[in-house]
Amino acid sequence: MHPTRKKRLTIILFLIGGLALAVGLTSYALRQNINLFYNPTQIADGEAPAGVRIRAGGMVEKGSVKRDPDSLKVRFRVTDFHRSVAMEYTGILPDLFAEGQGVVAMGRLMASGEFVADEVLAKHDENYMPPEVQESLDKAASRTSASR
Amino acid sequence: MWQFFHKLGSPRWFFDLAGRLMPWLLVSGLLMSLVGLVWGLVFAPPDYLQGNSYRIIFIHVPVSFLAQSVYVMMAAAALITLVWRIKLADMFVKAVAPVGAVLTFLGLFTGAVWGEPTWGTWWVWDARLTSMLILLFLYIGAIALGSAISDEKFAARAVAVLVLVGVVNIPIIKYSVEWWNTLHQPATFTLTEKPKMPMAMWVPLLLMVLGLYCLFGWLACWRLQTEIIFRERKARWVRDRIMAGGRG
Repeated sequence: MHPTRKKRLTIILFLIGGLALAVGLTSYALRQNINLFYNPTQIADGEAPAGVRIRAGGMVEKGSVKRDPDSLKVRFRVTDFHRSVAMEYTGILPDLFAEGQGVVAMGRLMASGEFVADEVLAKHDENYMPPEVQESLDKAASRTSASR
Repeated sequence: MWQFFHKLGSPRWFFDLAGRLMPWLLVSGLLMSLVGLVWGLVFAPPDYLQGNSYRIIFIHVPVSFLAQSVYVMMAAAALITLVWRIKLADMFVKAVAPVGAVLTFLGLFTGAVWGEPTWGTWWVWDARLTSMLILLFLYIGAIALGSAISDEKFAARAVAVLVLVGVVNIPIIKYSVEWWNTLHQPATFTLTEKPKMPMAMWVPLLLMVLGLYCLFGWLACWRLQTEIIFRERKARWVRDRIMAGGRG
């Protein structure tokens, strides 16, 4: 390679490398701000500030959803299969909200440890499958639990 | 090998190569994307949870995938512009930047349309969506910078520097869903891992991606030819071509 071109290439590669390093360190330092939500373990460990608007996310625990018969109030627990946090929300939930599905809620963490949400978003995972497959999976699951 | 690269750098030689490639790219691109689109939108099974609204991935995933690929190609061309000062590389950057911008916009738009019924919101400032928005701004910035500077050589270098700086954003887009908590789900469609969807959904999606790549190739060739004619308008061979009639 021609020496001037080689020099230019080295300079450019160094600059890009340095830039990548700078951006990498910055985003590492800001990771808590880049994270969209706190997970239940972080909340249980006291990493999430109480009383300010934050987002919390995780899976809706199976069998934990309790709807108030007279209003739109819903109570449920959100878990990351390690710790869980109780949530309260008043309003219409997205279509995909269901037990065992992921959610991201925006709201305040109360001193009691309960999370009062004013917005609940459903989080979809990367798996897609036809309804028949899900039905047969459910059947297989109920068969194994029935045989136990 | 080197001979080929030297030839590739010649606008005249590339002009003829593009002319020969274009019909093949157009026909195969149209064929694959039409089959993929009809298969995906009509015949593929619905999703167990989202029903039919998931079908937007047959457009969302290919355009977003390509939007990032186009940027990587642009960055490679920008590096060639800066190091080897090959005119054709700069012409490529100029020719494909608007295409990339449109693809990025479509990716963001289809994502918002899907997000509204699925997540319950059009937009959320999570790492994936925000870094994709930055990609759109990078494309628009490259277009604006290129047209703001009238000196051709200086414009080429300025745009190349901007495009190369922006390439840092590409791994951020790709890994944002793994490094941070985001509302956006991790990739369903990858070439390296086992697909997270059945074959009846994955094959039409693959066809759409491949078809869109071919269509992009066709459009890039076409726009590059136009750019070559414009920039080499004083060259003798261009005048001869025009006298002989058309692109031929």
